[in-house]
Amino acid sequence: MLLIHCPYCEEERPEPEFRHAGEAHIARAENITELSDEEFERHFFIRSNPKGIAFERWRHMHGCARFFNAARDTLSDKFLVTYKIGTPKPDLSGEIRRK
Amino acid sequence: MRKYSVFAIAREALRGNTGWPEQWGSPEPKKSYDVIIIGGGGHGLGAAYYLAKEHGITNVAVLEKGWLGGGNTGRNTTIIRSNYLYDESAGLYNHALRLWGGLSQDLNYNVMYSARGVMMLAHNVHDVQVFKRHIHANRLNGVENEWLTPEQAKEYCPPLNISKDARYPVMGAALQRRGGTARHDAVAWGYARGASDRGVDIIQNCEVTGIRRGRDGAVTGVETTRGPINASKVGVSAAGHSSVLMQMADVQVPLESFPLQALVSEPVKPVFPCVVMSNTVHAYISQSDKGELVIGAGTDQYTSYSQTGSLAILQHTLDAICELYPMFTRMKMMRSWGGVVDVTPDRSPILAKTPVKGLYVNCGWGTGGFKATPGSAHVFAHTIARDEPHPINAPYTLERFRTGRLIDEAAAAAVAH
Repeated sequence: MLLIHCPYCEEERPEPEFRHAGEAHIARAENITELSDEEFERHFFIRSNPKGIAFERWRHMHGCARFFNAARDTLSDKFLVTYKIGTPKPDLSGEIRRK
Repeated sequence: MRKYSVFAIAREALRGNTGWPEQWGSPEPKKSYDVIIIGGGGHGLGAAYYLAKEHGITNVAVLEKGWLGGGNTGRNTTIIRSNYLYDESAGLYNHALRLWGGLSQDLNYNVMYSARGVMMLAHNVHDVQVFKRHIHANRLNGVENEWLTPEQAKEYCPPLNISKDARYPVMGAALQRRGGTARHDAVAWGYARGASDRGVDIIQNCEVTGIRRGRDGAVTGVETTRGPINASKVGVSAAGHSSVLMQMADVQVPLESFPLQALVSEPVKPVFPCVVMSNTVHAYISQSDKGELVIGAGTDQYTSYSQTGSLAILQHTLDAICELYPMFTRMKMMRSWGGVVDVTPDRSPILAKTPVKGLYVNCGWGTGGFKATPGSAHVFAHTIARDEPHPINAPYTLERFRTGRLIDEAAAAAVAH
């Protein structure tokens, strides 16, 4: 079971309190009706699915109920950092990507 | 290849079992092949087998980064059924079910396909309506599936609790009698032996690290941990790692990889005669020929390549099993494990050519790929050999996520399937 740090509650809580909410930093296009089929596919269906560091949304469903973002290594499932919605993607270039 | 038969067993018994040959060879990779299949699971090995057997293409290599059947082929709960809702799914899964019936004979290898029946429980009015709709749709597609009353369900599976006082009462069930289980390892091994016998090179401990393309963009080969290998056709059949491999050829696929866990109990005498699934309470269970109860349910919630998952999922799964079968509350669970399953947005696979010439993909089977192994491998081999899909897999394109022509089993099953 994962222990997840909620950046709003400012404490580590067990995974069943949280809902994974998909890849983070995907902005919904403001002109969605004007997108081409290719653009819509990329926006709606294509995900990066990295083997390594993933940026994803979580929701503290059974706590404060707020959405936040996290960077997690999908090989070890270890969280590198969690951060509030609206803050930019943290720079993790210093993190060594495990192969 | 030495044919397996009762006479072979008798002969070897007299010779102290010293005359059994290796089931498949372990050659060094050649510089070049006609076709490379990436992924030595049931789907990949099966594709190599059918390429050799049905299309006469024997200059083929199967590259496996670990050991044969060590991925999802060896990690699933071995359930076989074909009672899917949509026409496209019925075509594909029923093609597989037909092949399961004769697979042991075809391979001269006992894959222990056991048509013990797969029963899906209905616990509420919605379940009843949905399953009856499935049954009617199946019947129109020539897929066997029938409705059972609670009493008939109990007769088919005596451990079932059909008391009206149960927390999730059984209001009926859909039964596919030809559904059942098979020995997953034997499927990989049987295909490997048959392919190897026909000239296919099976290369284990060989991880693909790059896909090479020529000036015109077409595939020219792969980079591996054992050096570069040339081929003008490459088939990716790598389950949870499919998107990683496809990105090596700059092809974006709509996949996310999740952990899917399963577990087995201590072995006990025969108590459970069939496979029973409950989508509503969400668990499925059967008993292996060794006597273990084989139990599974849904995926973990987050993407991962770790081949492990959260204990909370197992606990939830066992809660459901204990609720449905109070007689199992004192069983000890022996082992649990996880696999990495590649899930598409519509929960149907992608089994198709790609925008890259010479690159083919068989992925997106999500939580339900084992049952389709022979059918999927068969049509994937056809797609690679002819450079065009078989009519059965023609709808399973990569382009459907652009055109919107989805095969939405996600909506049809309401759970991963």
